[in-house]
Amino acid sequence: MSGFLTTLRRSPGDALLVLFAVLAFGYLFVPIGYVLAFSFNDGGRSNLIWRGFTLDNWANPCGAPGVCEALVNSIQIGLVATLLATVMGTLLAYALVRHRFKARGAINVLIFLPMATPEVVLGASLLAQFLNVGASLGFWTIVAAHTMFTISFVVVTVKARVATLDPRLEEAASDLYASGVETFWRVTLPLLAPGIAAAALLSFSLSFDDFIITNFNSGNTDTFPKFVYVAAARGIPAQAYVIGSAMFVLSLLVVLAGRLLQVRRSRTIV
Amino acid sequence: MAALVDAPPAPVPPAAPVGLNRRRRATGWVLTVPGLVWLALFFALPIALLLATSLMVPVPGGDIGQFQPAFRIANYTEALAEYWPTFLRSFGYGLVATVVALLIGYPLAYVVAVKARRWPTLQALLLVLIIAPFFTSFILRTIAWRQILADEGVVVQTLQALALLPGDGRLTATSFAVVAGLTYNFVPFMTLPIYASLERLDLRYVEAGQDLYAGPWTTFRTVTWPLSLPGVVAGTLLTFIPASGDYVNAALLGTSRTQMIGNVIESRFFRIVDYPTAAALSFILMATILVIVYVYVRRAGTDDLL
Amino acid sequence: MSTGSGSGLVLHGVTKVFGDTTVVDGIDLDVPAGSFFALLGPSGCGKTTTLRMVAGLEHPTSGAITIGGRDVTWTKPYQRPVNTVFQSYALFPHLDVLANVMFGLRRRKVADAKARAMEALELVELAHVADKRPAQLSGGMQQRVALARAVVNRPEVLLLDEPLGALDLKLRRQMQVELKRIQTEVGLTFIHVTHDQEEAMTMADTVAVMNAGRIEQLGRPEDLYDHPATAFAASFLGQCNLLPAAVTAVTADRVDVRPDVPGAVAGSGTSGLSVPRGRAPAEVSVGQQVLLGVRPEKVHLLGPGSASPTGSDVLGPARVVDRAYTGVSTQYLVDLPGAGRLSVFMQNLGGGDVDPGVGEEVSLCWAVEHGFLLPGHEVPVVVEEEEVAPVIGSPASGGGAQRSRRRGAALQGQA
Repeated sequence: MSGFLTTLRRSPGDALLVLFAVLAFGYLFVPIGYVLAFSFNDGGRSNLIWRGFTLDNWANPCGAPGVCEALVNSIQIGLVATLLATVMGTLLAYALVRHRFKARGAINVLIFLPMATPEVVLGASLLAQFLNVGASLGFWTIVAAHTMFTISFVVVTVKARVATLDPRLEEAASDLYASGVETFWRVTLPLLAPGIAAAALLSFSLSFDDFIITNFNSGNTDTFPKFVYVAAARGIPAQAYVIGSAMFVLSLLVVLAGRLLQVRRSRTIV
Repeated sequence: MAALVDAPPAPVPPAAPVGLNRRRRATGWVLTVPGLVWLALFFALPIALLLATSLMVPVPGGDIGQFQPAFRIANYTEALAEYWPTFLRSFGYGLVATVVALLIGYPLAYVVAVKARRWPTLQALLLVLIIAPFFTSFILRTIAWRQILADEGVVVQTLQALALLPGDGRLTATSFAVVAGLTYNFVPFMTLPIYASLERLDLRYVEAGQDLYAGPWTTFRTVTWPLSLPGVVAGTLLTFIPASGDYVNAALLGTSRTQMIGNVIESRFFRIVDYPTAAALSFILMATILVIVYVYVRRAGTDDLL
Repeated sequence: MSTGSGSGLVLHGVTKVFGDTTVVDGIDLDVPAGSFFALLGPSGCGKTTTLRMVAGLEHPTSGAITIGGRDVTWTKPYQRPVNTVFQSYALFPHLDVLANVMFGLRRRKVADAKARAMEALELVELAHVADKRPAQLSGGMQQRVALARAVVNRPEVLLLDEPLGALDLKLRRQMQVELKRIQTEVGLTFIHVTHDQEEAMTMADTVAVMNAGRIEQLGRPEDLYDHPATAFAASFLGQCNLLPAAVTAVTADRVDVRPDVPGAVAGSGTSGLSVPRGRAPAEVSVGQQVLLGVRPEKVHLLGPGSASPTGSDVLGPARVVDRAYTGVSTQYLVDLPGAGRLSVFMQNLGGGDVDPGVGEEVSLCWAVEHGFLLPGHEVPVVVEEEEVAPVIGSPASGGGAQRSRRRGAALQGQA
């Protein structure tokens, strides 16, 4: 830490940069702070003005109607969509790197086009399709939609990891009597695990936080973002802020732990 | 003179098992089929259907919301004629948001990726802090801004006291708020790819630049910036594309006068049940974005973003 | 420790074509069970590709491979009784050393795998690092673990793909001895691929010299060294002086040649120099263009006017252009007008021997039975440890050298 401060003192340009960074981080966290603060507000149903500090909201996070139902939906949808997208996306990424396809260009377009398409278009087109087919909008249509747009992200993430995987390792496994499936299970998958984990985390966050596509395809089912949006008109209950804050703290801890573990591990193995 | 050892009479060399190459190719396809089928079913097909819908006409004498297949290109021209200001506004907002996000995100990424490199634990922590806002629902964050920038809020009161804002001025329900919201929500999307590029920057290039008498600004302009360009391109795309098509920020922080094309499409779908127009607008948006992206990527010279 | 569990490996006309490049061109090999066999050749000659075909990691375009009499040409790698020690070791980074060594045993559901793995680790003297990860080991230790991982399975054929390439000189010499010891102790059939001719000669019972996808010569190291069959083999194994010459006479016990050297030549033959009939190609005719070869250590230098011992070929006059004293010997580079530079190694026998300095005039002389004839008429250009494949073509064909260099590079990527 002292080394850090000495560097600051020596170079004014650097000091300016660091000041900017501190301000930027502050800017990033202003609304977070607001959400955190107002989760403790004794604000009644609309929670717009600060009325007083209370722990009631945290003690009773499901107090407001619909909040917890929406949250549970979001989590369930996130888990299912993540599972589907991670499995399909990993297989796809592996095949794209290890096998040769004549249709490689077309396949790449199909995979990466959803990332370049505005969410409005994705949501609208899916809605049109579901209406046409007569499907009832709800949990499963949301899952289908979320899986669709997260597959691309999984492929990009895992593909980068597969590219760093030495093909000689799979050859060595084959040389040592492991069949194709055994090789994949005992060598490829364990070595891809960090990339797959990152992809799964990314998928879950994208799914959990998604609003636009969900809004188009959810019918009467509520997800957490949708609940908050709809409630914005009449007043968002403090419990929503509680859940938002809790999600924030929880994810922060998980990711921090993961990253610090990574840093520690890369130091011992050298 | 030693010669090759006499080989025993060669047996008839066995023929390759039938379809060996076919089997190898089949494995490749099997791995990709689930993902591709899903994308075809839930992306390609719907887009195709949307295209068809954009050319439909209302059923004569039918209820609202009933359309029949047709080939009415006029849907497109009419939609464009009516909404081209909204399109311009959307891309304008997107562009401003992208530029401001770049101005905020680049230095931020630079500090974390380059300046903090000597302290890996600090670097990991800062990186997590960049991603952290992500973890709170983006709706909640945007609403928080609305609350913070509300007329009765601290910010507006302070600005009025400092005479930076007229007495009856406001921050919410303005294009400023919409763009501010867009910028805020996409700063992480801009910062992360730039961070990824800068993290791999070999500082010896910078040292070489300084060794060759370049001052800090010149070194940045000629060494650091070009090397970080792939990250900048990725970040700007990841910001501009969703920002232009967004409607949440405009809905929560703006008014009907700051409407973006996303709002129009949404309302055409849900309130004014006019699917063909909504579909046509969607395609115009998508096509424009693809063209912009294509031209931009070509100019930036990075053809391998992925 | 089991005894002699290796099997014989036979390759029949094995060919491998990548696109429009023939990397391996009709190889025939018969490796006896339990022997240490070396496949020697420059980079890009196809030796690694051949090895991969034996391992099952590539399929031959045509030809057959049998192990212990059973055809394995199309069997998958995991169904073959073959194990490989890879050039980059390919140790599984996510498993510790013991798990790495046990990998093959586990896949085959062998009983008491752990005990056998520890036994193999003891064989390579690494039992004490069984719980470490590969990344924590040095290059030499990783190489030994890779060896243990392969040997523990007692395969019928063990393949080694330039396993000592990444080690420093001292470690390499150590490992050469180790590998030989393990091979004799366990009795497996070893196929060792290398570009280091010294390594091949010291370790192997049989060496095959490979060039441009073909086997030029196969035999014991001594035979290859003393009786090379082609100019490439002669130049690749050790050093060799090669002189273009023309055959002047063929008798039952001698072949006389006249080297293409303007200037005085005093030989023991009827005109010029001669070699024993047995050290010339079987088919040779008067007027044929050949190469006369003699190893540097077989050549003596004579001062001007000195008499040559009977039964020796003499070539001269020549001039010393370089002299290097290495302690064990003195190495001379001698310029013979019309023939270029020739090497002479004279063993340091402690005085008495002639020791010309640079610039002095000398003649070269060697016993007739030390010379040999090779077919062909061009001296190959062999670059040490380089990617350029030796070019047997006119010296002016720089294009030829470039072509094979590119081909070598292309093959390097595929092999």
